Parts: sequence; C-alpha cells; structure tokens
Amino acid sequence: MNSYDIVIIGGGPAGLAAAVSARDAGVERILILERDSELGGILNQCIHNGFGLHTFQEELTGPEYAARFIDQVEERKIPYLLNTMVLDVNHDRVITAMNKTDGLFQISAKAIILAMGCRERPRGALNIPGTRPAGIYSAGTAQRLVNMEGFLPGRKVVILGSGDIGLIMARRMTLEGAQVQVVAELMPYSGGLKRNIVQCLDDFGIPLKLSHTVVDIRGRERVEGITLAQVDENRRPIPGTEEDYACDTLLLSCGLIPENELSRAAGVDLSPVTSGAVVDESLETSVPGVFACGNVLHVHDLVDFVSQEAAAAGRSAAKYVQGQLETDETPIPVAAKGGVRYTVPARVHPHRMEEQQVVRFRVGAVYQNAYISVYFDDERVSRRKRQIMAPGEMEQVTLKREDLLSRPGLKSITVTIEEA
Amino acid sequence: MEKRQLTCIGCPMGCPITVTMEAGEVREVTGFTCKRGEAYARKEVTNPTRIVTTTVRVAGGLAPMVSVKTAQDIPKGKIFDCADALRAVTVKAPVSIGDVVLSNVAGTGVDVVATKAVAAAQ
Ligand SMILES: Cc1cc2nc3c(=O)[nH]c(=O)nc-3n(C[C@H](O)[C@H](O)[C@H](O)COP(=O)(O)OP(=O)(O)OC[C@H]3O[C@@H](n4cnc5c(N)ncnc54)[C@H](O)[C@@H]3O)c2cc1C
Ligand code: SF4
Repeated sequence: MNSYDIVIIGGGPAGLAAAVSARDAGVERILILERDSELGGILNQCIHNGFGLHTFQEELTGPEYAARFIDQVEERKIPYLLNTMVLDVNHDRVITAMNKTDGLFQISAKAIILAMGCRERPRGALNIPGTRPAGIYSAGTAQRLVNMEGFLPGRKVVILGSGDIGLIMARRMTLEGAQVQVVAELMPYSGGLKRNIVQCLDDFGIPLKLSHTVVDIRGRERVEGITLAQVDENRRPIPGTEEDYACDTLLLSCGLIPENELSRAAGVDLSPVTSGAVVDESLETSVPGVFACGNVLHVHDLVDFVSQEAAAAGRSAAKYVQGQLETDETPIPVAAKGGVRYTVPARVHPHRMEEQQVVRFRVGAVYQNAYISVYFDDERVSRRKRQIMAPGEMEQVTLKREDLLSRPGLKSITVTIEEA
Repeated sequence: MEKRQLTCIGCPMGCPITVTMEAGEVREVTGFTCKRGEAYARKEVTNPTRIVTTTVRVAGGLAPMVSVKTAQDIPKGKIFDCADALRAVTVKAPVSIGDVVLSNVAGTGVDVVATKAVAAAQ
C-alpha cells in the first residue's frame, strides 16, 4: 500500500489551495485525488465573472480562477490523480479509491483533507405534485449542459428556487436565446447573492416571485406547463392564487448540500445544521488527522473564502504531520445563538489558534441594522453593526488569540445577533 | 433631490449603495465598502456597462465548447448584440486563456477573449 503524508480528496478550489499551502509549509508527500477528468471542481462550469476580487484584486471567471490555483499546483509539482473516485475513508486514514489504470487500490495517509464540495438537492426530495415528464433539470445540470456541452435544454423556462445557480442560469439561458418567464422562490427572501439578482434578473426584466412555489407540473412526455401559487407563512399554497405558465423546461435550484458520505464512513461527526463536519480552529474534525474545508464543510458563496479556509486547513494538516498539533487543552465551544444558525469553527483550542481566527456563520432570517455580538461566558466583548444580513450571504467575526489566552478558565464563546 | 438605491455588483459582497442625484448630477454616494463600489455607483446612474460571459464552439478540441468574456465591460444595451455575434463564432483548438476569439464585438471596440484553455484532440 502506498503511503503519503497528506492525501486531499477533491481537486476543486478547496483541494487545490489546501495542497499549495501544505507544500509551502514544508510537506513533501502530498497527493490530490479527483474523480473528474480535470482539476478545478465546480468552477469549470461557472463561466460567469465575479470570482477572486478579494484574492487577486481583479474579477475573474470561474475557469480563470481555477487556472491560477492549478498553475500553483503544477509549479510545485504536487502529484494528482484524475478520473479517480474515492470510495471509502476509514478511521485509520486508509483511503480506498478506483480508476481505470489502477483499478481498486488503497492508500494510507498521515493526514487527510476532505474537499469534496457539495451537490444539489435532488428533485425527489422536493415533493412537487404532478407528472414527471422530460424537461425538468436541476440548475447545476443545466449549467453543465449549456456551458460545457453546448446544449440548450429548452426554450421556454421557469425556474424554481432563487439560489445563485438558478439566478446565473436565468441570465445564461436568456443570453442563449431562451425565454425565462419567471423565477419563483418558496421563501420570502432570495437565497442568492444580491448582485446576481441585479445582474441576472433585473437587467433582463425577469420577475422574481417570492413566497411562491410550483403546485403542478403538466405534460406527458415533455413538460408543457406548470402552475405557480403563493404560499402562506407556513409555506402552504394559498388557494385561489394559482397562475399557469406554459413552458418546456423547469429548472430546480433548491440549494446545495455538502457531499459527506465519505466523512460519515470515516466516523466524522457531522452538524445537523450544515450537514458538514464539526471542526475546531484548525479545521480538524472529530477524527484526529482528518481535516475539512470548502463546500464539503459548509456551503460557501464566495470562492475567495473557500481558498482562505482551505489554505488554513493545509497549514493545519502540515502541522499535524510535523507533530506540532498535539494538545491536551480542552477546547472552548463556540455557540451559535439568536439568529446565528451555526459557526465554523464550532470549538477552539486557544493555544493552537493562529493570531486571528475568523469565525464564519450564516443567519436564519433577514436582519436590518442589527448587531453581531460576541460573548465570552456572560460578558459581551464585541458588537458590530450590519446594515443588512441575509441567509444567502455568509457573515464573519474575528477572534484574537491573545484575548482568549488572557482569560484562563473561559467556558464558552457565543456568537449571536442582537436587534437594536 | 432624487435618491437611487443600488446594489454594487463589483464583487459578491453586494454592498447596498445610495446615490443622491440633483439635476442629473451625482451629489453624494454612500454605503460602499471599497473604491470600486463608489466608481460603480457613479457609472451605473450615468453609463451602465457589463462584462458579458458566454461560450463559443471549438473545432478539433478535447472539449466541444470554450468559455469566453468581453475583455472590458460593454454598454448594457449591447449585451444581446454581443451574445448574437458570438453564436456565429467557432475557434480552432488549441485555445489558451486570453486568446482573442472575436475583436471589436458588436462595434463596441472591445475584444472577446477565452477564459479557459482547450487542448487539441490527438
Ligand atoms: C453556480 C455557482 C455559482 C457560483 N458563483 C460564484 C461567484 O460568482 N463568485 C464566487 O466567489 N463564488 C461563486 N461560487 C462558489 C464557489 O464556486 C464554490 O464555493 C467553490 O467552487 C467550492 O469549492 P470546493 O473545492 O469546496 O468544491 P468543488 O468546486 O465542488 O470541488 C470539489 C471537487 O471534489 C471532487 N470530488 C467529490 N467527491 C469525490 C470523491 N469521492 N472522489 C474524488 N473526487 C471527489 C469533485 O469532482 C470536485 O472536483 C459559485 C458556486 C456555484 C455552484
Ligand atoms: S463596494 Fe467594494 S466590497 Fe462592496 S460590493 Fe462593491 S466592490 Fe465589493
């Protein structure tokens, strides 16, 4: 069995940035495993611009952003295997994978970085009544078809779900000559970035109907039409609000979930809120030597933050391999309260922290002119005003290592939203 | 005085920006986080422009399509002309990032460049 210092599962932006930072921290034997035929992950199909302003001070498209990191991996001669699917990871950090040249094989690793990204919620989970004719696609599948295969899945389109992929696809299909009639969103707010609402819907006069859902799908072989209805505060359709739309295509953009079958197999504790691993400041999971970053940890909307988080995971894994991550310190839990749905990390070992620790989180509702507060035990230690916070956009607070070290006996840290 | 609420599209932070206009002139811009936001807001109320991203066909390549973008932003009103012009374009592999696939698209003076490399099929 081949053995490596660090094996990275997934060659998207998270896996690439983790590999680069682990090598720069002095680790030689690194391997990236990627099931697709090229590196870059989901970025290869995200041909729109808006990536990397924070990292490169310029606005890149997805493939260009990926190329920057692929170049860094190539320059460092970090080995990777493409068309290689990881099937299992166990508690002893033995990885089982498969590809055409090597068949089924096992690799052992001193440290593993999970960077498998996320996938779209399958439509079966959505419970839409009506028939199941052709012409219903997840927005991500449609994105792959249009951008990579050059195939336009339909001409008259309705989109359910206003997540970023749905918004991006509304513009993309419009530019390709399709007529996007409406984007319907079940919630009273959009789960997508504001910039995408402006640039993908407003620019083309495509209406966004909040608190609406699809209550019927018509057509035998192919979709012929759908019915939208408004929903009440319990998300139940309101009778009498039905509106019919003729269309040949329905795109579903109903959210992403971290792809964590492997993490589960490895015995990693998962968060019921994010569906991703529960990690500490070093992005280490409940299994020692197993780290997680990027969309497999929690769904990100900004690739820059994926790269930052992954670079931190790479540095931590390097420390682990170099024997510098050992600790007998009891971690301090970071609790999410009052509107904060979760935090990453969920616990911190103050002595293992870098000087500044970014804590990222999402809120559960839309807040205007509210404060993000941090409590050390019962004492509020910081408060920052935000004009607007929405579930679609990740928020963050920064903890300073010295602040934690100067409070021995600290039992808990709480991040919460307080309204004025 | 007229107030216009905009969402900055300079980056996915999407800062809410307020522009105060008087007699067609910008009086005040507030709400941005960085200089790009202020510049965007001033431009959006006077001369709105967009970067257009799409794909063109590739002949003889490992992939059937290559992603492209306008090298600079073009007037918002030219978005469809730009997309239509690109539908007629086929490039020959190999393609490198930055290769010009169409110059002066739709008379805007702006070139369209490839955003991904496509190797030639063996
Ligand atoms: C439609 C869309 C639009 C976006 N728009 C923007 C934007 O405008 N600006 C911005 O900054 N960000 C944007 N993002 C966010 C950003 O692209 C993602 O957050 C980022 O790509 C996540 O990186 P990742 O490496 O975690 O996951 P991914 O890119 O999904 O990479 C994961 C990789 O792991 C591989 N993998 C999974 N399982 C296995 C396995 N078992 N074995 C081997 N390999 C495996 C996959 O094939 C994949 O290559 C967008 C995302 C989407 C989906
Ligand atoms: S003002 Fe700056 S930080 Fe805010 S959205 Fe615009 S470019 Fe991004």
